[in-house]
Amino acid sequence: METILASALMLMRWDVLAALLVGSVGGVIIGAIPGVGPAVAIAILLPATFSMEPLVGLTLLLGIYGSSMYGGALPAILINTPGTAVNALTTYDGHPMTLRGEARRAVSLAYSASFFGGVFAILCLILLSPVLALVAPMFGSREIFLAALLGIVLVILAHRGQVFAAGMLACFGIFLGTIGLEPVKYTRRFTFEQSWLASGVDLIVVVLGLFALSQAFILLTERESAPKPQRFSGSLFGGMKELMRNKRVASVSASFGVLMGMIPGVGEFTAQFLSYSYAQRTSKTPEFFGKGAPEGLIAAEASNNAVPPAAMIPLLALGIPGEALTAMMLSVFYVHNVIPGPQLFQDHMDFVGALYLSLLLLNLLVLAFLIVSGGLLTRIIRIPTRFLGMLILTLSFVGVYSLRNSITDCAMAAGFGVLGVVLKRLGLPVVPIILGMVLGGIMEVKLRSAMARVKTPLDFIDRPIAAILFALILLVIALHVRSLFRARRAERTP
Amino acid sequence: MTEPRSFRALFRRERKPGDLLFAALFLAFALFLLARLPDQTQWMKRTGFAAQPAFWPGVAIFGMVGFGALHLLSSALSPRMPGRWREALFWARSAEYALWFMAYVFAAPLLGYLPATVLFCLLLAFRAGYRGAGIGWAAASGFGIVLLFKTFLQVKAPAGALYEHLPEAARAFMLTWF
Repeated sequence: METILASALMLMRWDVLAALLVGSVGGVIIGAIPGVGPAVAIAILLPATFSMEPLVGLTLLLGIYGSSMYGGALPAILINTPGTAVNALTTYDGHPMTLRGEARRAVSLAYSASFFGGVFAILCLILLSPVLALVAPMFGSREIFLAALLGIVLVILAHRGQVFAAGMLACFGIFLGTIGLEPVKYTRRFTFEQSWLASGVDLIVVVLGLFALSQAFILLTERESAPKPQRFSGSLFGGMKELMRNKRVASVSASFGVLMGMIPGVGEFTAQFLSYSYAQRTSKTPEFFGKGAPEGLIAAEASNNAVPPAAMIPLLALGIPGEALTAMMLSVFYVHNVIPGPQLFQDHMDFVGALYLSLLLLNLLVLAFLIVSGGLLTRIIRIPTRFLGMLILTLSFVGVYSLRNSITDCAMAAGFGVLGVVLKRLGLPVVPIILGMVLGGIMEVKLRSAMARVKTPLDFIDRPIAAILFALILLVIALHVRSLFRARRAERTP
Repeated sequence: MTEPRSFRALFRRERKPGDLLFAALFLAFALFLLARLPDQTQWMKRTGFAAQPAFWPGVAIFGMVGFGALHLLSSALSPRMPGRWREALFWARSAEYALWFMAYVFAAPLLGYLPATVLFCLLLAFRAGYRGAGIGWAAASGFGIVLLFKTFLQVKAPAGALYEHLPEAARAFMLTWF
């Protein structure tokens, strides 16, 4: 109780509340604009948050992270174009409902399901906190190394059909993280005698290049488009009643979101896949899925909105980000010398609590904003794509330049921007590069300190959590190989 | 060819034109790094394996070569999709905007953040095909971005050599706020 009060007091400051309001409203707007997305917005704003207090900066970014999927549902339903990548499944049942003249019902249902998923996940997070505070200190160097390794393995294997590409890009990310002055022996690695490479490749430069600049280049190079969404009017409160009639689907979908969000590298797509499959399998009218089934819409939105709060669990408890957005947030922690991990739960539980409460508050703010702003958001969707590209390019300059006032950083970001264009056009994943950079750095440091304390390789897994993590790594690889063989056998069978 | 719209199609990825070209370039880059591994990293005496400065770059590069070779192989074995060079041309065309960005980067410390941003937005909007009101919106957006980041958020932005030629009072004002 004392902790909750202390957390609430931390939150009740005008600057924190203002950051939360700007982040959550901004996140909805950003999410509603197809072609921008939370990754671009967070990448641009990241350096600006470095001069803010940790809680202010983090609530701003959390606001964007947690609310963008609400906004992303709107273009998915109205114009059949997802605002963010994770709203793609929403188009399957949301847009057919619009075509049937039920746009208001679909939007209302999507917002209600999103709200339910978000709040459900935060409550799980709060209830899990005592367990996390108990378990997190049991993670030493070797356990964190193995957890990071598990994260890398899952990131690679999660890109089904592109495992080789994800693997080579994750390794490329690890390589990028090793460039520059090595921190223990102070030797240079892959600097090619260039002084500008001695300080290494900054994560934010790579993030801005791969996410923001590449998106700007694509929008400016591709043909212009300015969608014209269908207008809708009327109350948005009806969705909550309909959601309550489908509370089983909503609860199971949100649970999948929480579970998948907690596992590094898995995230929204797997949660949606499992939720949608479950909803379809247990529905009385499975034939309507993909043609405007409300349960399908609920499954998609409840599961994807449950992921962001759950993704904070490995980040806060172990310092291990599960996907690109939490990897970006990790750099805010480091800049302010707040090191996420077991110690954070012991020493700064009020700070962790304030983050939880801010997540809860942002869901309420977003819902209130959405109920009053439907008309405004339909106008935002209509911003022409090339104009958006120009805006992103201009905003990216602030992000890169303000980091170290370095023209070299800008040139590197532009280079990564072109690489990002190539990867996005080829449909190859960008996220493994970012996670490779972050997790590679963690693995190097933790392996070095862990190996100093073990005599034989088997000593490395002689503690229960280390043994479980090692077994999990072997298990996920074995399951992946097994599924490949089964798929191959199924293909051969006529 | 349009595919039947199915739920599973959302999660399935297809190879795109240019995949083989990228896979070959990536592997060549990885092999170049592998060749430079001995002279770009050090292997030290009386130092444990995991603590060697060359260990993690080595792990990363061997991974790049291994996965890169498999990716190239899978690309080569998959059905060829036409349009490889058209796709490469798209990549090259997108590089034009990287040059625009770098021109903006070089112009900002000379002209100052506000003039460079407004000018950049104007010219880029013109290049993107906007005329009339579109250009006006672009200039207004540029001004709004400067106002938000430099004036309100006080983000570090280049001061601008041109500001030095302004009268004292105007110079101080511009340096602080724009």
